[in-house]
Amino acid sequence: MSETADRVQKIVVEHLGVEADKVTQEASFIDDLGADSLDIVELVMAFEEEFGVEIPDDAAEKITTVGDATKYIEEHKG
Amino acid sequence: MRRVVVTGLGLVTPLGGDVETTWSNLIAGKSGAGKITRFDASNQKAQIACEVKDKDHEYGFDPNKRLDHKVQRQVDPFIIYGIDAAGQAIEDAGLEDMDEATKLRTGVSIGSGIGGLPGIESESIVLHERGPGRVSPHFVHGRLINLISGQVSIKYGLMGPNHAVVTACSTGAHSIGDAARMIALDDADIMLAGGAESTVNPLGVAGFAQARALNMSMNDTPEKASRPYDKNRDGFVMGEGAGVVVLEEYEHAKARGAKIYAEVVGYGLSGDAYHVTAPHPEGKGAELAMRMALKKSGLEACDIDYVNAHGTSTMADTIELAAVKRVLGDDLCGASMSSTKSAIGHLLGGAGAVEAIFCILAIRDQIVPPTLNLEDPDEGTEGVDLVPLTAKKREVKAALNNSFGFGGTNASLIVKKVD
Repeated sequence: MSETADRVQKIVVEHLGVEADKVTQEASFIDDLGADSLDIVELVMAFEEEFGVEIPDDAAEKITTVGDATKYIEEHKG
Repeated sequence: MRRVVVTGLGLVTPLGGDVETTWSNLIAGKSGAGKITRFDASNQKAQIACEVKDKDHEYGFDPNKRLDHKVQRQVDPFIIYGIDAAGQAIEDAGLEDMDEATKLRTGVSIGSGIGGLPGIESESIVLHERGPGRVSPHFVHGRLINLISGQVSIKYGLMGPNHAVVTACSTGAHSIGDAARMIALDDADIMLAGGAESTVNPLGVAGFAQARALNMSMNDTPEKASRPYDKNRDGFVMGEGAGVVVLEEYEHAKARGAKIYAEVVGYGLSGDAYHVTAPHPEGKGAELAMRMALKKSGLEACDIDYVNAHGTSTMADTIELAAVKRVLGDDLCGASMSSTKSAIGHLLGGAGAVEAIFCILAIRDQIVPPTLNLEDPDEGTEGVDLVPLTAKKREVKAALNNSFGFGGTNASLIVKKVD
């Protein structure tokens, strides 16, 4: 796992209170990890804080899996 | 009118994370007071409180028993306490596995006096320092007063009335009284009812201190600070926690063979129409509420064996006592009266519900809890058994619980043993 993926996983585990092994790159926040739309808003805020990136609303709407988040962050972090 | 009985109890208090731990510590005369640990209170005028203890404390509270991590992160402590107390009450009543028809007829009425003040305080700092884009998406529904009732309904699938009282320090008593009426009027067969509070945060403590409501003279002797009816009383000590009961229609409870603690026979409400924080000097509103509850109960004044007083350890204690004397008689017709706020502090919106549970337990165990620190009783207390310092074994068939709140809102409840 890349360093980014590792840190993304930690944030998801902390925010959603799920087991780390369920937080695969393929996992869907809503379908697999029990998140709702507000949880995703909160996760996006946490990613922005952790990685110093800005994730605009239209980009955030396209982030549905853990892998989507990891990919976006790796492409946009400074 | 349909009869309403109590079939389950749940408590989170400064003396325990459950009913039996709280009750045994209360009867043993322990105090839940101490220096504030939740935040650095060294610059506050009031530096003491009765805090709910952490889970590794001898009588601490473990939020992980009934709440998942995600909910705990999103909501204020008063909601955590309320959900847990509701869960305890459901388990105590043997209602963990309700069928769908029962869930349609089961409601929730758990209120709070203030709501999520700690979260409002901390998130306003986030707004100020980091801007609106950093405010949590869970901010609003994690602080709202009716979100204990909402969370409990969602967690257990309860589709009956979903209600939340907000009447300051009368909230817990009004919640139980109003919910009992919903059952009596056939809106529901079962109601989870009670109150919760947690405002041991810098803004909450400072606000009550500035209103001159808190004890600020005994910061070095926290266990001595809450002393209702004592000449040296000097303001209340803030408490926190929750109390929730399961109320149930009598025939419904009997039909399923439920354990029945007591019947809710009397409920009275009134307004002081006098002042925002001070009680009416003659206690007229308090008297009206007690008289209404007594009339509804069909009991005589001398049938009341125990009064759990509002008794906050302020000047108002003797005003309440004078009103109780007018209703029950100068010697309270032999009833004992104590203020358990001497041990757990003032739980504000949770107080009335927690203290109603103490009345119910007094009936169950035939023992009344003490008024701690009552060493030098004030004038006007002569000839009344205020249960000083130690608990007292005695017959308790019926008990009266008083709660009075800012704004001049009064509630009295009467519970009675079911023969």
